[in-house]
Amino acid sequence: MTENIFSLERITYTYQDSAKTVLHDISLDIPNGVITSLLGPNGSGKTTLIDILLGWKKPNTGKVLVKGRDLSSYSRRERSKLISLVPQNEPLQFSFTLLDYVLFGRAPYLPQLGLPGKKDIEIAFEALESVGLTDLHSRSITSLSGGERQLIMLARSLAQQPEILLLDEPTSSLDPGNTEKVLDILQELGKSGLTILFSTHDPSASAHIAEYIIMLSEGKKFLADKSKFILTAENLTNLYGAKLNVTHVDESIIIYRESN
Amino acid sequence: MKDNNQARKLKPAYVILILTLITSIVIAISLFTGRYPKAGISSPTIVLTDDLALKILWIIRIPRILSALLIGAVLASSGYVFQMLFANPLVEPGFLGVSQGAAFGAAGSILLFGYIPVLTQISSALFAVIGLILSFSLASKFNFGGWILRLILAGIAVSALFSSGLGLLKYIADPMSELQDITFWLLGGLWNADWKTLLSILFICIISLTILYLYRWRLNILSLDNRSAHAAGISPVFEKRLLLFIATAGTAAAISVSGLVGWVGLIVPHLARKLVGSDSRFALPVSMILGALYLLICDTVGRSLLAGELPLGILTSIGGALLFIILLTSRKSLGKTI
Repeated sequence: MTENIFSLERITYTYQDSAKTVLHDISLDIPNGVITSLLGPNGSGKTTLIDILLGWKKPNTGKVLVKGRDLSSYSRRERSKLISLVPQNEPLQFSFTLLDYVLFGRAPYLPQLGLPGKKDIEIAFEALESVGLTDLHSRSITSLSGGERQLIMLARSLAQQPEILLLDEPTSSLDPGNTEKVLDILQELGKSGLTILFSTHDPSASAHIAEYIIMLSEGKKFLADKSKFILTAENLTNLYGAKLNVTHVDESIIIYRESN
Repeated sequence: MKDNNQARKLKPAYVILILTLITSIVIAISLFTGRYPKAGISSPTIVLTDDLALKILWIIRIPRILSALLIGAVLASSGYVFQMLFANPLVEPGFLGVSQGAAFGAAGSILLFGYIPVLTQISSALFAVIGLILSFSLASKFNFGGWILRLILAGIAVSALFSSGLGLLKYIADPMSELQDITFWLLGGLWNADWKTLLSILFICIISLTILYLYRWRLNILSLDNRSAHAAGISPVFEKRLLLFIATAGTAAAISVSGLVGWVGLIVPHLARKLVGSDSRFALPVSMILGALYLLICDTVGRSLLAGELPLGILTSIGGALLFIILLTSRKSLGKTI
């Protein structure tokens, strides 16, 4: 396996308001240039871990190394050129055009009070192209469907030209058709060498595209390994507390719930 | 067939050019509109050859027109910035206890010293800033919710406190003199605007307009939630606080001269977005020009329609409410046009 892009050393995170500890002493490595899935049931600490990898939340103890360097030592600009985020959802109050919205991803490359130029527009169009929304560039983002919204948030993150793409539950609110579309696009992006880390509670999504899987349970690392080793009926049943079965058909892994 | 989901309606450069042209025409009309040499619009050739008319032009009308343009631009751009930062199209600059603070300050000054314009201006500006500081410090004491929610709640609480204080001041004011002055100030107007008042607010207003204008593109990103803005390399909490403070300082300076002038900061940004779309690169400058134009039209109508002067706040509210109704009942819902 290639070198690790993230190394987490004994990360603990406790919410100030509720004094609830959501991540307990987590140490793990995330490989470079592959698609990694952060898999776990609801409330297992996936979003908090993504926030820590993004530098949005500071761990109470432990440290996060990105390319061997402490994440907190990166400047905001350096960090956002390296890591971008596709949120699970984003309330959109204003009807920006798709192109306007994707251009926001160019902020790390512009001076503090700069405006996007021709080159930024070209990059934004490339990002729109990679999610198949070029033709709709002058449409309003408020007119998009749920699946298209996920894609346009992905395009904005790609316009950031990151080395690491973090996605927080990218398919949790999508129908099967849109889920497949998003996962296929991520798979294509993964082939270009981009490091992708996405969180999901759906083991099928992990099975579909992830090379490496980190299983989280109740804020602790449950298991972490290549997907072909880790996606077993026993592991999934223990992770979710529900009887799950795994079948291999050709090269695909099919996960289904066993009926009583 | 026209796609109704197209978000940008008109080329921003054309809109800015046309609005600038219209504003120039309204300035010209306003310059020659008044009670002297004759009621209504006078011929420029008559005004320019009449010494008294020229004096009126220089001493009264020009500073008043400039004040209307400046205050309109500040109120509209501050409203625009508030709407973006709170990601809420229904907020306006008086949101953080600023308007009610200014009203309380003005009423207090009138009650203590009588209506002395310069004192009323200083006191209203001072209490507007106190309103802002109270809202910020109260918000930082709350230990729940996000920063924006805490600010909104703090703003509501501070506004309510000043509002009840204002009620008390009005209750104890002499109804034959002080109460009339307070009421007139609260209705808003530019009858006191002259070169002195204009210069007293010019610096803060120009600084406020300049910084907001420079931030126009970044405002778009600040309208996203804080986590997304952080991921895009922005320091959302710091930059939002900075811009809120600058927008509010401009508003405080503006209303210290004009009194309470409602609806400009609320409705003008909607009109701007309707014309050029939501990208703040274009919608913010268009808001500034539209705000200046709107306030100048209202002020010119207010001082020339009747023999006596109509309070500015009444006209901006009538116009604003009508425009709001038109926007709400137009083919597209407000939610889709903003």
